[in-house]
Amino acid sequence: MVVFDKPHALNDMPMHYCPGCTHGIIHRLVAEVLDELGIEGRAIGIAPVGCSVMAYNYFNCDMIEAAHGRAPAIATGVKRSDPENHVVFTYQGDGDLASIGMAETVHAAARNENITVIFVNNAIYGMTGGQMAPTSLPGQVTQTSPYGRDVNHCGYPIRVCEMLSQLEGPEYLERVTVNSVKNIRNAKKAIKKAFQNQLDGKGFSLVEVVSSCPTNWGMTPQAALKWIDDNMLPYYPLGVYKDRSAAKEEAK
Amino acid sequence: MSTTQFLFSGFGGQGILFAGKFLAYKGLMDDKQVSWLPSYGPEMRGGTASCGIILSDEPVGSPIVANPDVLVAMNLPSLDKYESAVVPGGMIFADSTLIERKVNRDDVTVYYVPATRLANENGMPTLANMILMGKILSALGDFSEDSLRAALGKVISAKRADMLETNLKAMQIGADFE
Amino acid sequence: MADKVLMKGNEAIAEAAILAGCRHYFGYPITPQTEIAAYMAKKMPKIGGCFLQAESEIAAINMVYGVSSTGKRVMTSSSSPGIALKSEGLSYLAGADLPAFIVNVQRGGPGLGGIQPSQSDYFQATRAGGHGDFRMIVLAPASVQEMADLTVKGFALADKYRMTAMVLADGTMGQMMEPVSLDFDIEPAPEKPWATTGTKLEREHNIVNSLFLAPEELEKFNFDRYERYKYIEENEAMYEEYLVDDADIVIAAFGIAARVSRSAVNEARKQGIKVGMIRPITLWPFPKAPFEKAAEHAKAFISVELSMGQMIEDVQLATKCKAPVTLCNRAGGMIPSPEQVLEAIKNAANGGAK
Repeated sequence: MVVFDKPHALNDMPMHYCPGCTHGIIHRLVAEVLDELGIEGRAIGIAPVGCSVMAYNYFNCDMIEAAHGRAPAIATGVKRSDPENHVVFTYQGDGDLASIGMAETVHAAARNENITVIFVNNAIYGMTGGQMAPTSLPGQVTQTSPYGRDVNHCGYPIRVCEMLSQLEGPEYLERVTVNSVKNIRNAKKAIKKAFQNQLDGKGFSLVEVVSSCPTNWGMTPQAALKWIDDNMLPYYPLGVYKDRSAAKEEAK
Repeated sequence: MSTTQFLFSGFGGQGILFAGKFLAYKGLMDDKQVSWLPSYGPEMRGGTASCGIILSDEPVGSPIVANPDVLVAMNLPSLDKYESAVVPGGMIFADSTLIERKVNRDDVTVYYVPATRLANENGMPTLANMILMGKILSALGDFSEDSLRAALGKVISAKRADMLETNLKAMQIGADFE
Repeated sequence: MADKVLMKGNEAIAEAAILAGCRHYFGYPITPQTEIAAYMAKKMPKIGGCFLQAESEIAAINMVYGVSSTGKRVMTSSSSPGIALKSEGLSYLAGADLPAFIVNVQRGGPGLGGIQPSQSDYFQATRAGGHGDFRMIVLAPASVQEMADLTVKGFALADKYRMTAMVLADGTMGQMMEPVSLDFDIEPAPEKPWATTGTKLEREHNIVNSLFLAPEELEKFNFDRYERYKYIEENEAMYEEYLVDDADIVIAAFGIAARVSRSAVNEARKQGIKVGMIRPITLWPFPKAPFEKAAEHAKAFISVELSMGQMIEDVQLATKCKAPVTLCNRAGGMIPSPEQVLEAIKNAANGGAK
């Protein structure tokens, strides 16, 4: 009896992520959803620049590596190349999606581009060694905010789901996290819905996954998961920020 | 003349570019080599509009009309700006409804046509450009209804056949003006 | 000539692209090339294609990257400052060996510059399209017919060599109307087994990528790519010669500068000066051979440009300093007149070039 198996949509390439990093969990959730919806063969993933830059090596579906922040624009091209058959997702970090790629993010959402966006928010630039991100918390110490993020000097962190929810365009925006079994289950539900929406032609669906970075936060993996509860979630509350179809249902 | 350079100039909205396009098409259908180059940019927004057309028996070199053989001035600023650029022995056609002064040069042939007045009197207020066109073609000895009709067919969509007849009539009015 | 229609250069590019099988266009408005976008916006929905106005030039070139990754013909167009914004994408396209067709209808620079015609993006197109070692095929039309011809050719070359082909035009070429014949034999696009169109669970996954962290691997990609470039240099250079065989003075000019220069050459010939012109049609690969040959007999070369002198460096390289090369130019959106070029010819004929 098989009690635990690797999803087909993930291959055997050893991942390069740090011990305790939540990218592995999120990759697996995406792959499980590709399996369960039977869409691996139609899926084209767009990898970002950042820690998950080499995500293209791990998924068995076709993959494209994007320039920093441009994944939603590339996804737009891929989707529009064959809207009936291509199932397109981007996988992006906070620097990629909410800083250098903010214009691409906002406009893909405003167009209700029929794609799925997995947004991994761990409040730091991991790949380059722990610099301040657009989502770093007030007071958070990073390599480029060594005295703590001073909001009077460099402004406030951006709440992406809340911001995008003000747009008419997007179909579905939800923030989840993966710091406990229960939260991981919820995250998977959200990711599945974000892909199902695309299959149903509903449009832009973004799942923000609040994540950890033990290496650059300077903590053990366990402490990092607790830090999510204690510090990240108060600023980035979990929940559904937009669900147009559900809202319509309710209105009926 | 194996090559004739035309410069049409006036206000935006007077149909300068359209007249030029018509002439270029007429040249094309008469087996000439042709080029049509408009001015472009902010000046198109309600200011002056101009376009240069070259009709030639040889391949057109520079499409830029700096020294026209034929100048069509549909307003005073155009005449002020381009009068001195016309080649000696060239022609100037001026809309005398809108240009009160006379041309200062005596080495060019000038035709004063009150095109805007004629257009208004004949119930075709937007066709002063084509009234001038009629005069130009008759002065050049190139006024044949078949050829004009064919070229008009290229610049007016088939759905607006009535416009074709009106344009033709406008050109006839210009050609008949003494 | 009933089969010919009068079209603006920009429209000729758009229609030729559609005939070449391009069904995806992404762009951002900028003068003087917006007619291309307008044409596509009108036409694409009627033929099952996709026109999308992107939020920026950067987004547009990445949408191109996306469609190209799936193996389909795709294009974007812009003018000088917009091409600068696209240069990131141009580099990534090169790094991932993706075909793409790009149009630059140049305007005067630097900075916001102006909107009148220019050729001052010659370096940008032939040398510095973006970061890293790469080339683009650069096509320089000198008539509205060539705007169409070189568009069709550009798509074919881009597919054949898996790289970017750029039409480098200018505001005059974009805005002018001339008769065009649109009767093309379109080569079908080659098979693209590398395209990311979904594995259908029938093959290993394809990856479109320009990241190679092992320098040995990245070096090999560069070496291999430059082998391809070498082949292109030997086989794809295009040019037109005009009265060069007996010429003492040879003009080098492309695009609108070649049109102006042709008028000047005709006038100079009437005055008994033996002058000819070499008109590069591909700016990369630069047609070195005709210049090398002309340098055997020509006493002087004149590079006529709408810039502060950019192509002149390629002329100097190609003629190997066997004869002096002088510059006859206007800049900032101004166009040299035939008279100015004639003066330069006369000056060279009187030994002024030395």
